[in-house]
Amino acid sequence: MDNIKKAIRPKEEDFADFSCYLTQLETYRINQFNGFFFEKNNNSVLLDRNIIICSIKSAIEKHKSILESTKHLHSFNNDDEGLFIYIPNNITLDTPLQVLDVIKTNEALKIESKTVIIIGENSHVKLIYCDDTINDNISKTENKISVFLEANSSLEYYKMENINNSSSIFTDTNFVLNTNAQLKTFWLSINGGDIKNKLNVSLEGEYSKAELNGLYLVDRDQIVDSEVSVNHNKPNCHSNQLYKGILDDSAKAQFKGHIYVSKNAPYTEAIQNNRNILLTDKAIVNTQPFLEIYNDDVKCSHGATVGQLDESAMFYMRSRGISERSAKMLLMFAFCTEILSKSSIEELVDTLQDIIKRRLHGELSSCENCVLLCSTPCGTSDVDMSKIN
Amino acid sequence: MSLLEIKNLHCSINGKEILKGVDLTINKGEVHAIMGPNGNGKSTLASIIAGRDTFDVTQGEIIYEGKNLFDLSVEERAAEGIFLGFQYPVEIPGVSIANFMKTAINEQRKYKGLDPMSSMEFMKLMEEKKKIVELGTKLASRSVNEGFSGGEKKKNEIFQMAMLNPTLSILDETDSGLDIDALRIVASGVNALRSNESSTLLITHYQRLLEYIIPDFVHVLFEGKIVRTGPKELALELEEKGYEWLR
Ligand SMILES: Nc1ncnc2c1ncn2[C@@H]1O[C@H](COP(=O)(O)OP(=O)(O)O)[C@@H](O)[C@H]1O
Ligand SMILES: [Mg+2]
Repeated sequence: MDNIKKAIRPKEEDFADFSCYLTQLETYRINQFNGFFFEKNNNSVLLDRNIIICSIKSAIEKHKSILESTKHLHSFNNDDEGLFIYIPNNITLDTPLQVLDVIKTNEALKIESKTVIIIGENSHVKLIYCDDTINDNISKTENKISVFLEANSSLEYYKMENINNSSSIFTDTNFVLNTNAQLKTFWLSINGGDIKNKLNVSLEGEYSKAELNGLYLVDRDQIVDSEVSVNHNKPNCHSNQLYKGILDDSAKAQFKGHIYVSKNAPYTEAIQNNRNILLTDKAIVNTQPFLEIYNDDVKCSHGATVGQLDESAMFYMRSRGISERSAKMLLMFAFCTEILSKSSIEELVDTLQDIIKRRLHGELSSCENCVLLCSTPCGTSDVDMSKIN
Repeated sequence: MSLLEIKNLHCSINGKEILKGVDLTINKGEVHAIMGPNGNGKSTLASIIAGRDTFDVTQGEIIYEGKNLFDLSVEERAAEGIFLGFQYPVEIPGVSIANFMKTAINEQRKYKGLDPMSSMEFMKLMEEKKKIVELGTKLASRSVNEGFSGGEKKKNEIFQMAMLNPTLSILDETDSGLDIDALRIVASGVNALRSNESSTLLITHYQRLLEYIIPDFVHVLFEGKIVRTGPKELALELEEKGYEWLR
């Protein structure tokens, strides 16, 4: 499969307008098609505030002085088409940005894309990055994403991976946090044949804070790999990793969590947790914490669990008349809600809850007997059931 | 007519025999109390009736309303009217009491061929039953037993019992750890649900509870067997003489 064809920029007329499943949510849409940025939505509100959203190529052509002023010019490459998002200083966006990275192809395709995001000083942004495939053809995506959070800025970053079972995504995401910057990430691996996420967070400014959340729901032969690494390079920084997963059939998951605390980083607080539920004997989880601490004045903790659904909770529920299947469903959903409860976007949480419920619902094709009380009954929503079931 | 008939029940766990031939018959409308020192199989007996499968039943049978109980799953037994108030109620973070109870009621209704209860009806029922046990206003949205005090957990068991309106209620040490006020609330909850059609099996090792809920019979479960059965006065006698008196 290595001689698979590399994606070229699709023609303008082939652009596939994809109806996203996050329909209840108002967002500023940013369209990527087969890894290429398409200027489709006129986000004039953003332009009025000097926000730049363009390909990396045109950023280098048109906004060189801004790029230079950001000191991040070295992360660019003239050859990159890519995507560039620049939020100037002192901007608060209440409406989230949404990058919709859609793949539609008639043949196997390899896609390499690069994204650079800069959040200016004292700016506050939410960004939802969605990966979707429109049909069932094979695609292999490699995303390289660099995100810079300048002093006193904040970013709530969502990565939603919902691709077909023959496709893979490898992401390599780097966040650099300056003084007092606050990052919150949600990595939601909902569907896909092979998903590998490398996430690196560098806390380069004092009092910066990173809260990294992940949820993977995998079944059949799916594979999800999460490699999370947090570097505490300055004093008084906090980080908290919470990754949770449910594995069915013969799915596999790996979690590698790395915490590095430099000798220059006293008063560090770093937490890491990885919790897994295995629904079958064939599902496999490999969880590896790795702590490298070169300072004595730190509070560090880590924990990992791999287990089945709580047997006594199952019995308790069933003793009230709840069927085994419904009891399982309620417990699995409860396991996921801890992650969602950390989100500040209420409408998104509602939709995500529905997506997760449907995903857990699995083989059931109707809502009739489901106990999870979705806000939109199955079949009436825009969710592509073929993808999430 | 007998509601529950336990005949020569033996069970073991990991090869260790815990129940060694229990016989017990409970008729409709009766309240029975089982007493006995710790570790003698009271909770085991209650769990087996409710359907826990961690124990191996090696001999005997249980007939409930003419049906062989071992043919029914845990949830089917619940829908047939068996309720177990747990000695140690389980915490279920992330599952709200409202969703938990609504699911339970509607799945029981489905088993009986009834339509689901509407949200309105359900909320009304919940308000009404909550009052019996004096549980706070935020109950519906709280996770099941999570962060509940010992007393709240026990009251929550009685609340669930009231919601589900069982035919046979088994209350396993629902009185232990309760102060006198909580005990009164729990007892009045149980008494409010007494009827000619339903029966109660109280497991306790204090006769204190039996001052509030007067039993028709008291049994002593000792070393895996019911060694004595008598009227309510037996509880007092036990308290005076201690369990050593049974040997
Ligand atoms: N899950 C279990 N595994 C092993 N032994 C158990 C288990 N549950 C109960 N037992 C044993 O069974 C016996 C009876 O316990 P239990 O029924 O809880 O007693 P009681 O309720 O009368 O205090 C005890 O010796 C206890 O240690
Ligand atoms: Mg007990």
